[in-house]
Amino acid sequence: MKYIDEFRDGTLARKLAADIAREADPARRYSFMEFCGGHTHAISRYGVEDLLPQNVRMIHGPGCPVCVLPVGRIQAAIWLARQPGVVLCTYGDMLRVPAEKGLSLLKAKAEGADVRMVYSSADALKIAQSHPDKEVVFFAIGFETTTPPTAVVLQQAKILGLENFSVFCNHVLTPAAIQNILESPEVRKLGTLPLDGFIGPAHVSTIIGSRPYEYFAEEYQKPVVIAGFEPLDVMQAIRMLVRQVNQGRAEVENEFTRAVSRDGNLKAQALVADVFELRKTFEWRGLGDVPYSGLRIKDSYAPWDAERKFTVPGFSIPDHKACECGAILRGVKHPRDCAVFGTVCTPENPIGSCMVSSEGACAAHYTYGRYRDTNR
Amino acid sequence: MSEIRKNYIRPVDFKHGRVDMTHGSGGRAMAQLIDELFMSAFDNEFLRQQNDQACFRVPTGRMVMATDSHVVSPLFFPGGDIGCLSVHGTVNDVAMSGAQPLYLSAGFILEEGFPLADLKRIVESMARAAMEAGVPIVTGDTKVVEQGKGDGVFINTTGVGVVPEGVDISGNRARPGDVILVSGHLGDHGVAIMAQREDLAFDLPIRSDTAALHGLVAAMVEAVPGIHCLRDPTRGGLATTLNELAQQSRAGMVIREGAIPVREEVKAACEFLGLDPLYVANEGKLVAICPAEEADRLLATMRAHPLGRDAAVIGEVTEDAHHFVQMETAFGGKRIVDWLTGEQLPRIC
Repeated sequence: MKYIDEFRDGTLARKLAADIAREADPARRYSFMEFCGGHTHAISRYGVEDLLPQNVRMIHGPGCPVCVLPVGRIQAAIWLARQPGVVLCTYGDMLRVPAEKGLSLLKAKAEGADVRMVYSSADALKIAQSHPDKEVVFFAIGFETTTPPTAVVLQQAKILGLENFSVFCNHVLTPAAIQNILESPEVRKLGTLPLDGFIGPAHVSTIIGSRPYEYFAEEYQKPVVIAGFEPLDVMQAIRMLVRQVNQGRAEVENEFTRAVSRDGNLKAQALVADVFELRKTFEWRGLGDVPYSGLRIKDSYAPWDAERKFTVPGFSIPDHKACECGAILRGVKHPRDCAVFGTVCTPENPIGSCMVSSEGACAAHYTYGRYRDTNR
Repeated sequence: MSEIRKNYIRPVDFKHGRVDMTHGSGGRAMAQLIDELFMSAFDNEFLRQQNDQACFRVPTGRMVMATDSHVVSPLFFPGGDIGCLSVHGTVNDVAMSGAQPLYLSAGFILEEGFPLADLKRIVESMARAAMEAGVPIVTGDTKVVEQGKGDGVFINTTGVGVVPEGVDISGNRARPGDVILVSGHLGDHGVAIMAQREDLAFDLPIRSDTAALHGLVAAMVEAVPGIHCLRDPTRGGLATTLNELAQQSRAGMVIREGAIPVREEVKAACEFLGLDPLYVANEGKLVAICPAEEADRLLATMRAHPLGRDAAVIGEVTEDAHHFVQMETAFGGKRIVDWLTGEQLPRIC
């Protein structure tokens, strides 16, 4: 496959692995966090960890859009789906995320709610157009990558005067989450989470550019290397991070130059700015309330804001008490440190959200890497 | 005076007609449909007996029986349709024991309103598939359900066959050291179907691989009677089949990603849809496991058959208390190839 296989080449991977092993100082440890679930998935799926020297370790970050959504928001989506005449559309992974009392959108669907999986926000808009007798709600989730498509359908709904369409907005922002991790006591005061640098998001950065990370590199003295989602991208980024650490640099470097520029996609940014504004605060699973980390729909699009249209109640539901998703999302714990991992909590019966999405740290480790635990 | 033709029955309108409730009521309309469609398409000496059951003699030996219900959507897809699929599916299930399939039954559940023209196309495709396979459909049944209670047409087929002397093929016979082979490119059927689904506006030159594999199996069994396991990786794809066999045989497996044959087009479509070709369905491929010393002969036999031209050795059976199926990635790392959870879903971000 052109332009894909080149980034999965085994020979190049072994060469890069040898470079990393040669350049990494055996006298020290390197701990890098890959923020994105896409990177977590690639690392597990291609067995990247097997190619790294013992003293270079990857910590999984919170960048899985399904995982970070708190139970309360899922419960709200279920509440919406159960309103008479409502068709709730969302991305596939959301259907299986457990909410209160083992309920999920999939179970609500089995009980009669009209819940539909869509591949894009445009599909939800189409459903609204072809079902004028139904109230179609798009349960929008995701980081900066999925926000512009949601903005587009909101603009289109407004232009079309489509009254039976609305969006339940749960879009969140990457830089706010990175800052939250850097400010966390585990990193700042306790030092229990050693963090020598970040692999910066791939797709998110195509939208926001590399500029937003410059602050972290400067303020917190942590190197950031923006990398694509292919395994060679990840390996190359790790080598660049090792070099920065060795040379005492803390800069933003861009490995993913084939898609990411410093300014990002200005058109997409303008779209988002037209439709959305910052929420004062938004709850994240694992990170708690993070200031200015989520988006809401502007007043000028209020008729298409499901939260206002249906006066969605706020649900505050704590995570399952045995579930370590919170600590795993902060990078403080590894999936295998969780008592329910692989026993009560499996991809078939997930207790926490990290076990649901293929981008979740637990699901990735369970699906691709758990054989390693048997050798420990 | 009007002249009424004696015993005149207006022929079934296969051009514009639709299935209605009378086609399943047991009355004249049903008898006529059976006569004009099923009997004429499947025609053989057993159906001509016109009994509620087929009566036939069987050779001595171990018999096998398999059943499979087909609910594929869309009903017609590049490379096939539900009709030929329902024949191939059951013929293959019988053949995966090493048996020679002998007879098939066919049960139809039709939805009221289904176009008779489509039904005719499906039945004729079934008849062609059965004839090509040399496995007659000897008995059948038709039911009609009200509109909204079916999905056009569901077909159940059951097959019987006889295992040749000296052949003992079973999912629990894989032993550490055995070699794992596949008969060709994986993922064609699933991707061809997926590309046809209306919500994915996809235009791909990929055709379903639907095919009856008993000819290939007969050649394999003759060359290597000591084959341990055979299975067709249908729903859930290669990954699911290997996990089933590992579990049944209480063994582990190690496969090599670089050795698994997948077409470029299939790889690209999977990449685009966020799917893993290892989990995508096949309808004309098989997985074989045999002792290491027989692997070369088996591979050569498979490659000599038109349905096994692209056969390949993909890995080995290992000793593993956890019955993991592991894969050496082309990238140079290792990972599990796990059971599928729910359905394969595209990535969000």
